[in-house]
Amino acid sequence: MATKRPVKVRENFHQAKWDEELIFELHKPGERGIVVAPVEKGIAAEVGDGLSALPAHMVRRTPPALPEVGQMRVAKHFMRLSQETLGGDFNIDIGQGTCTMKYNPKINDVLAANPRMSRLHPLQDARTVQGALQVLHELDLTMREISGMDRFSFQPASGSAAILNMVSIIQAYHRDRGEAETRDEIITTIFSHPSDAAAAAVKGYKVVTLFQDEDGLPTVEDLKKVVGPRTAGLLITNPEDTGIFNPQIAEFVRIVHEAGGLCGYDQANVNGIMGITRAKDAGFDMCFFNLHKTFGTPHGCGGPAGGALGVTAALRDFLPVPLVACTDGRYSLDYDVPKSIGKTRAFYGTVQVALKAYAWTRALGADGLREVSEVAVLNNNYLLEKIRRIRGASAPYAKGRRRIEQVRYSWEQLYKDTGVTTEDIAYRMADYGMHLWSSHHPFIVPQPFTVEPTESYSKEELDEYIAVLARISEEAYTEPETVKTAPHRSVCHRVRPQDFDDPARWAITWRLYKRKHLG
Amino acid sequence: MSERTAHPYIPNSAPGVKAEMLAEIGAGSIDELYADIPESLRFRGRMNLPGAIESESLLKRHVERILARNTSCEEATSFLGAGCYNHYVPALCDEINRRSEFLTAYAGEPYEDFGRFQALWEYESLMAELLDMDICNVPTYDGFQAACTSLRMAGRYTGRTRVLVAASISPDRLLAIRNYCQPVLRIESLVFDAKTGLMDLVDLEARLGADVAAVYFENPGYLGVLETQAQAIADLAHAHGALLVVGTDPNSLGVLAPPSHFGADIACGDIQTLGNHMNFGGGLGGFIASRDEEKLVMEYPSRLFGISTTEKPGERGFGDVAYDRTSFAHREKGREFVGTAAALHGITAAVYLSLMGPEGMKALGVHLLQKAQYLSRKLSAIEGVKAPGLDAPFYKEFVVDFNATGRTVAEINDALLEAGIFGGKDLSGEFPQLGQSALYCVTELVDQEEIDRFITTLAALLGGN
Repeated sequence: MATKRPVKVRENFHQAKWDEELIFELHKPGERGIVVAPVEKGIAAEVGDGLSALPAHMVRRTPPALPEVGQMRVAKHFMRLSQETLGGDFNIDIGQGTCTMKYNPKINDVLAANPRMSRLHPLQDARTVQGALQVLHELDLTMREISGMDRFSFQPASGSAAILNMVSIIQAYHRDRGEAETRDEIITTIFSHPSDAAAAAVKGYKVVTLFQDEDGLPTVEDLKKVVGPRTAGLLITNPEDTGIFNPQIAEFVRIVHEAGGLCGYDQANVNGIMGITRAKDAGFDMCFFNLHKTFGTPHGCGGPAGGALGVTAALRDFLPVPLVACTDGRYSLDYDVPKSIGKTRAFYGTVQVALKAYAWTRALGADGLREVSEVAVLNNNYLLEKIRRIRGASAPYAKGRRRIEQVRYSWEQLYKDTGVTTEDIAYRMADYGMHLWSSHHPFIVPQPFTVEPTESYSKEELDEYIAVLARISEEAYTEPETVKTAPHRSVCHRVRPQDFDDPARWAITWRLYKRKHLG
Repeated sequence: MSERTAHPYIPNSAPGVKAEMLAEIGAGSIDELYADIPESLRFRGRMNLPGAIESESLLKRHVERILARNTSCEEATSFLGAGCYNHYVPALCDEINRRSEFLTAYAGEPYEDFGRFQALWEYESLMAELLDMDICNVPTYDGFQAACTSLRMAGRYTGRTRVLVAASISPDRLLAIRNYCQPVLRIESLVFDAKTGLMDLVDLEARLGADVAAVYFENPGYLGVLETQAQAIADLAHAHGALLVVGTDPNSLGVLAPPSHFGADIACGDIQTLGNHMNFGGGLGGFIASRDEEKLVMEYPSRLFGISTTEKPGERGFGDVAYDRTSFAHREKGREFVGTAAALHGITAAVYLSLMGPEGMKALGVHLLQKAQYLSRKLSAIEGVKAPGLDAPFYKEFVVDFNATGRTVAEINDALLEAGIFGGKDLSGEFPQLGQSALYCVTELVDQEEIDRFITTLAALLGGN
C-alpha cells in the first residue's frame, strides 16, 4: 500500500499576474499581425481591384479602428490572458456544482482538431462525410442506452438550447392536438436551472414554480394543486442541485401525463446515475444531457458546448431537422420529420463537441460509465461527510441521508458567527488556487455553496479542497478581515461594482471606456 | 474495468481506495449510497454498448479510422458557403483556443478567470470597432440565434408584435426565427425581386405599420447579393417606428459598409468567419451589436462584460454589466435566457481581429471580391451558365444559374464530386423560383489554379451534354 501523503494546502500559491495592457493600448500604426495573400496576378489582371464593381455607397469609407499589433505581441498578449485564467486543468475545480467540471481528456481535443473533422463543410455531399455521420449515429445509440429514450438530436448547442427545444416540442405537440391555446403553463421547480423557467417564458408560457419542502424536494401535493387542463408540461431536474434524488419522480410524471402534459427531464445532473436509473424508467417523454458536463468535453470559457436531446418514439416526429439515419451501414441526413419544430440552430449542432463526447464514451464503455457514476457519488458523499464537520458549514435538507452527485451547502452559521459571507469565502478560495460557487439565484439556501466532485479527482485532491475550506473557516473565526478583504494573491483585488449598473458609467467596449472614463 | 487498476479518468477506482472511502463515510457498499432511488426506478440491466477502448493509442486509431471516411475541404476544392465558410485560420487562433487555461475554464469570477473576462471584453470591443457600434455581447450560439434574439429584443423595445423578414434569407434561418418567436411575434416574409435578389420596397411599404417591431435583412445576403437599397429600407422602417435589424458577415467589413452606416439599430451575424474552423457547422458563434442606449442595452439576454476598477488604485477589473437583466438573476422574469454558448469562438475571433487589424480586414475583403468576380466571369463564359444569376453586386458568394444547361445542379455536383470538387449549394429545393441554380462561394483557400481546373471540368461536363 502507498504511504499516506500529508494533505497539501498551497500556502505560497499566487496566480499569474501580468498587469497586461488592453489590446488597444498595444496599437502602433504600421505593425501587422498577419499578411493576407494577395490574389494571383492573373485574377487581378482580369477583374481589377474588386472594389470598383461595388456601388460606392456600399463600400466602407473609414477603416475599422482595430489595433495594429505585431504577431509576437498579439501572441504574448493572449498567452498572458490565458495564464490569468484558472482553467479546470489547473485548479481542483469541484466548486462549480451542477457544472460537472471533470477531466477533459486531451486525446479528444487532438481528434477533434483532425482536419477531417475541423475542415468539414456542413453542406458536403453525404458520401464525403460518412465518418462524421457515423459518429453522430453511434453517439445517438449510446445516449439511447443511457436514457432509455428512442432517438437523439445533437442540434442543441448547450443545455439551455436543449431546454428550448424541449419547450418547442411541448408546444408543437399540443398545437398538433389543437390544444396549444388552452395549455399555456409550464411547471418547473425552484432548484431546476434558471433556463427551465426562462426558456418556457421565451415560448410564451406562464411559468409555475414548485418550491421545496423541508426535505429539499418539491412535493406531489404541491404539484397536484397546480396541475390541470392548462398544463402543457413539466420541466424538472432530478436530482436537483441539492443532490437529493426525488423518489416520487415517477409519480410526478404520472400526474402530469394524466393531466395531458408532457414531461421533460433536465439531466444536467446525470453524472451520478448513468447505468443506475434512466429517464425512461420514470416515464419521461424527453430528456437531455450536457456533453460539456457529463461527457467530458471542455467548457471553453462558456462554450462551444453540446446538448444531446432524446425523445421517445412518440415524439420522434417533432425533433429538429435533420436527423442522422443509418441504412445498411450508409449514413444520411433525414429531413423526413413531419411535425418537426424546424431548426433551432444552423446545420447539425456542435459536431466537434459530439466527437469528443463520442471518444469519451468509447474510452469507458458500459461498465466504465457506471463506474464514473458510482465513483462520482462516492466522492460526493465523502466530501459531504467531511464538509459538514467544518465549523460554520452545513448541508441543509435530508438530514442523515446520502446524496447523489453534488450537495448545496450553507455557510449560514459561519455568517451568523463571523459576518463572513459565501462570497467572501469564494474570493478567498482564489488565494489557494481554487474556485467556489454559490448557487443560482434566488438563494433558497442561505449563504449557499455547491460542490460537485465528479469522478475525476483523487482522494488526495478532495482532501486538499476540504482542507482549504476548513482553513478558510478557521480564518473567518480568527481573522475575518483576511477573508472579507480577499483575494490577496489573485490577478486583481475586489472589483468595484459602480461601473456595472449605471448607464452613464458602464463600459462594455473600448470605445465606451474611452468616452466615459478616459475622457 | 480491471479489478486491479483504475481507469485513467477515474483515479479513485484504484484498489483499496473505494473501500477506504466507504469505510470513512460508514457505508457498506456503493449501492447503499443510492438508497433514495426506489427499486422500481433502478436499472438492473447492463447498457448495451461496445466494449471500452481504454488504451489511448487504440482509441485514437479507432476514431481516426472513422474520420478517414470523411473527405475534408483540405483534400477537395470546395465552393460551398451558405452560412459556413472555408476561410484561413491563422495558426495563432488555434494556439490560443487550445490553451488549456481557456479551453478548460468555465464560470469563475475575475479572481480566478480574469483573463477570460479581459479576452471576452476585448472581443466585444474589437467587434464594436469592426461594426462601428458601441455595444457587442459575449457570443451567443450562432447567427441564427443572434437573429432570433435581435428580433425578440426589437419586439420588447418597441412593444410591437409583427416582424418583417426578407424572404431571401436562408430558409433554415427563417425556420429558426419562426420557432423562436412563436407565439410572441408574428413573422412575415417580404417579397424579393427574383431578378436581383433585392427586397421589394413596394411590398415593404405596404406591410409596414404601427405594429411592426422590426425589419430584418442581411448584407451580404444568403444569396450573396448586397442589399443596395439598405438606406431606403432603413428610412422606411424608421418612418414607421420599427427598428432595423441587419445580419452581416463580419469578415466583409474591411471593405463593406457596416450595417450601422446605413441605419441599422441592431446588427447580428456569425463569427465563424473570424478565425474559427468550420467543424461541419459546429464552429459557429453569434454576435449582437447595437448603440449604447440604456433601453436597448437592457433588452440583451446575453452576458455583457464591462471594465471597471478595483479596491487597489490603478488596477483594472471586469464584471457583468446590468446582470439584473438576465435569467441568471431572475429566471423567467429575465430577458430570454442565458447559458453556455460559444465563448471560446469569441476569444478566437478576438485573436483573429487583433492579428488582422484594419489593413488585414481590407486586404481579405478585396481578395474575396476579386476572386469571386473572377470565378463569376469564368463561369459566365461557359455556354448556358449564367453568373451571377442575380443581377446585383456580391461579395464572396453568388448564385449561378444552370437553367439553360439542361442539367440539374444535382447532376452537375455529382459529376464534379468525381473530380474532387464540391460544387456550390443546390438552391433548387429552397428557392424553386430560381430553378436549377446553385450558390457558389470562394475563399482565400481556393486558388486560381483550382478555379481554372473547375472551369475546365465544368465546361467539359456541360459541353458533353
